[in-house]
Amino acid sequence: MSSSTTTTTTISTVGPPSRRNTELALLVFAVIIPVFAYANVGLALSDELPSGLLNYGLGLGFMAAVGHIIVRKFAPYADPLLLPLATLLNGLGLVLIWRLDQSKRLARTAVAQNGEFIASAPRQLMYSAIGIALFVAVLLMLKDHRRLQRYTYISMAGALVLLLLPLVPGLGMNVFGAKIWIRVAGFSIQPGEFAKIVIAIFFAGYLMVKRDALALASRRFMGLYLPRGRDLGPILVVWAMSILILVFETDLGTSLLFFGMFVVMLYVATERTSWIVFGLLMAAGGAAVVGSVEPHVNVRVMAWLHPFAVYDDPRPSWAETDQIAQAMMAFGSGGTMGTGLGQGNSDLIGFAANSDFILATVGEELGLGGTMAILLIYALIVERGVRTALAARDPFGKLLAVGMSAAFAIQVFVVAGGVMGLIPLTGMTMPFMANGGSSVIANWALIAVLIRISDTARRPAPAPAPNPDAEMTQVVRP
Amino acid sequence: MNKPVRRIAIFCGLLVFALLLRDNWLQFVQADELKDHEHNRRVLIARYSQPRGNIIVDGRAITGSVETDSTDFKYKRTYKNGEMWAPVTGYASQVYGSNQIENLEDKILTGDDDRLFFNRTVDMFTGKERKGGDVITTLNPKAQEAAFKGLGDKRGAVAAIDPRTGKILALASTPSYDPSTIAGGTDKDEDAWKALDKKNNPDDPMLNRALRQTYPPGSTFKVVTAAAALEDGKYGSVDEPTDSPLPWTLPDTRVQLKNEGSIPCKNASLRVALQWSCNTVFGKISADLGNKKMQEQAEKFGFNEEVFTPVRADASIYPKDNRPQNAMAGIGQASNRATPLQMAMVAAAIANDGELMEPYMVDKLRAPNLSIIEQHEPKPMGEPISSDTAHKLQDIMETVVEKGTGQNARIPGVTVGGKTGTAQHGVANSKNPYAWFISYAKGDNGSPVAVAVVIEGSDTTRDDIAGGKLAAPIARSVMKAVLDSEK
Repeated sequence: MSSSTTTTTTISTVGPPSRRNTELALLVFAVIIPVFAYANVGLALSDELPSGLLNYGLGLGFMAAVGHIIVRKFAPYADPLLLPLATLLNGLGLVLIWRLDQSKRLARTAVAQNGEFIASAPRQLMYSAIGIALFVAVLLMLKDHRRLQRYTYISMAGALVLLLLPLVPGLGMNVFGAKIWIRVAGFSIQPGEFAKIVIAIFFAGYLMVKRDALALASRRFMGLYLPRGRDLGPILVVWAMSILILVFETDLGTSLLFFGMFVVMLYVATERTSWIVFGLLMAAGGAAVVGSVEPHVNVRVMAWLHPFAVYDDPRPSWAETDQIAQAMMAFGSGGTMGTGLGQGNSDLIGFAANSDFILATVGEELGLGGTMAILLIYALIVERGVRTALAARDPFGKLLAVGMSAAFAIQVFVVAGGVMGLIPLTGMTMPFMANGGSSVIANWALIAVLIRISDTARRPAPAPAPNPDAEMTQVVRP
Repeated sequence: MNKPVRRIAIFCGLLVFALLLRDNWLQFVQADELKDHEHNRRVLIARYSQPRGNIIVDGRAITGSVETDSTDFKYKRTYKNGEMWAPVTGYASQVYGSNQIENLEDKILTGDDDRLFFNRTVDMFTGKERKGGDVITTLNPKAQEAAFKGLGDKRGAVAAIDPRTGKILALASTPSYDPSTIAGGTDKDEDAWKALDKKNNPDDPMLNRALRQTYPPGSTFKVVTAAAALEDGKYGSVDEPTDSPLPWTLPDTRVQLKNEGSIPCKNASLRVALQWSCNTVFGKISADLGNKKMQEQAEKFGFNEEVFTPVRADASIYPKDNRPQNAMAGIGQASNRATPLQMAMVAAAIANDGELMEPYMVDKLRAPNLSIIEQHEPKPMGEPISSDTAHKLQDIMETVVEKGTGQNARIPGVTVGGKTGTAQHGVANSKNPYAWFISYAKGDNGSPVAVAVVIEGSDTTRDDIAGGKLAAPIARSVMKAVLDSEK
């Protein structure tokens, strides 16, 4: 009978195109553009091609190639844009960090502060490689993202542990007023970056189970649907704890990020607009409490409203650093066209020029055009993530994808908005571009999870099993 | 669940849109404001990233640039004979900003001026290092040297003008400072800057006394009073006796105005009165003419208004005043005050037959490729006195030098007119007076130089001779230097 089944199948197993070759072509660009940028910086700074150009090109190309091969093999239907976009950002970030490494001004500051100057680019390259390794590991080990549902409560515990780690004496470090780093074997890690993914998994898993209860089993109160405490309880507890911990660690950007992600996922899960209203009310309340309790926040808000007050005579007591003023002047000096890579003075911002403020270097040296391009690359990543959420067939995948995409978008908004003076500065890192190992590694993992979800979402439906009834009718003969 | 996801997509889109808007606001709308912000160090970095153009006197640069090993600033300003030229150049410092010509013509000197756009573009394409343009001044190095050396270690100032054009020939101020010492960003420069600060240095060496310090003009103002009298038609000739009783009491008071020594002032003619510097004669003229007419005449010479050369000179003052004060102002001993430049302008207008030319010290602006991008044309500023009055004043000022108080300014074979002055100041005239001298020299084709000299706080005798004794020789050597270079 087997011969007849094959001939009678009417549904084609050829699904939507996998777009792996598109991804490969885009990756070529994503490697070539940073290599050219690197050459450009070298020529601008010392009139010669940088000595590390070949190694850098090969390294970035190798990382892109590994990523591509793994995706081709283990996630063949994945979204073709995510990997090239992340590679491009990572590559450009490396160039910018290397460019800032060449700054005599920053080297002098570092020597004055720490007694020595350590170039950041080689470390960042190593972290990028680790990030790609994690990316590969996630794709290899996570065959189906739905498996993550099993770890809902473990994730909850994991997220809380990660968030608590910096408060552990001896492990945590206080760097420039924020206790968000831990030091392990000579490496400093920012657990918050990883907690971002883990907590998204917990939210997605929990909300998927409880969404109906949250949406329907509620009492109407003043036009709003209030859920039952036992449904909302655990999630509220986790969220409140994470916010509290972060407030104690004075990491406001991450608190905002978690809060935004929480509201977004709750809204998507329950499809109830009232959650947005609740969210905004809670945000307003939280902001009022934190603003009055935490002097750190007050300083940030004042610095945002009066970025140039630091130059006033007499200088206001809350004005501690001229970073924001310097960043704004960097953007202004860049103007429409920018000064050209390597030809700006964004290092005037000081020690954070290659981490929190790396976008200012983009602004000064690549100008309005370059900055908008970078922002749009981030927007594209978010767009591909949300598209993945739309295409995902399972609610868990949908929630996870939309949660991580929204978190990514909020992070970009909070950092870029802070650096550009749109909102108070909260001190987070520009994903992929900023100097910092945890951030690069965690974001590669995030992209890997998104790629896994998009692969599942875009995978063609398996061929339906041959209908035994149809077979029967066909073989029956008089 | 797709509907809320789509809404989240819109929300994320709005976040990005807000960032894009903000970026456009920063980098397009506000860009220029931020770029030129006073705390934007890039302005300074750019200013010193290439050799600055030079300030040129008589074909030779009095400034220069040297390469330094500073992180931010590649080049540093240097000055040749900085102390002598500081009142002309001002300073350009990596840390303390700039002033005077260095500041006013900064765009030319850095090469940032719009008129140098073509030059810049060509340099960009040919890969040449960017260069600034030059500022060519009107100054006469010999005259400047004579003025600076003449002042020596005394406090004072000299301003010399070419009456025919208004070109500033000398502009000296002592004690001076060397702008090279504060051009860099080292600790040494900081110490020098602190030492120059008025708070730490009573000499205030950074004060440009020729332009920015007003002094009571003393007897040199009698020339203006005489001009007012002649313009008013009060006297037809300078040899006609004036109606001047001796002693003479200030109007509305019982205070008698005194002369220095026993000099022939009773009903003296303008010539004799100027020759011996009679206070009674000019005090009475001023009182007779009244405050309004005196003020008008002073203003015609340029009082009560700032002068831009282009470096700003403080306004000299002839105020509205009561009768006794106005009478005293007629001899330069009341609330009227003048800068050395102003008094040089008075002498210049008289020497130039009544026409006052606008003083200026930037003659040309030159692009790095040596093409002239701006040439100053001499501009008349007004005609404070008729040529007839001017000739009469020249006549009596020449008498002052020939056989009056100004004999120290005589130059053999040259017609020189002048007026001495010794201005009392301090409470009850307790401080050492200011010695003044204003003069002009005349050659075959008009007068090439008018000069004003003031020396502060000299401890020499307090009679009216002080101006003639101290200031006249300096004026003489400045005039001589100009006459020599005219040949």
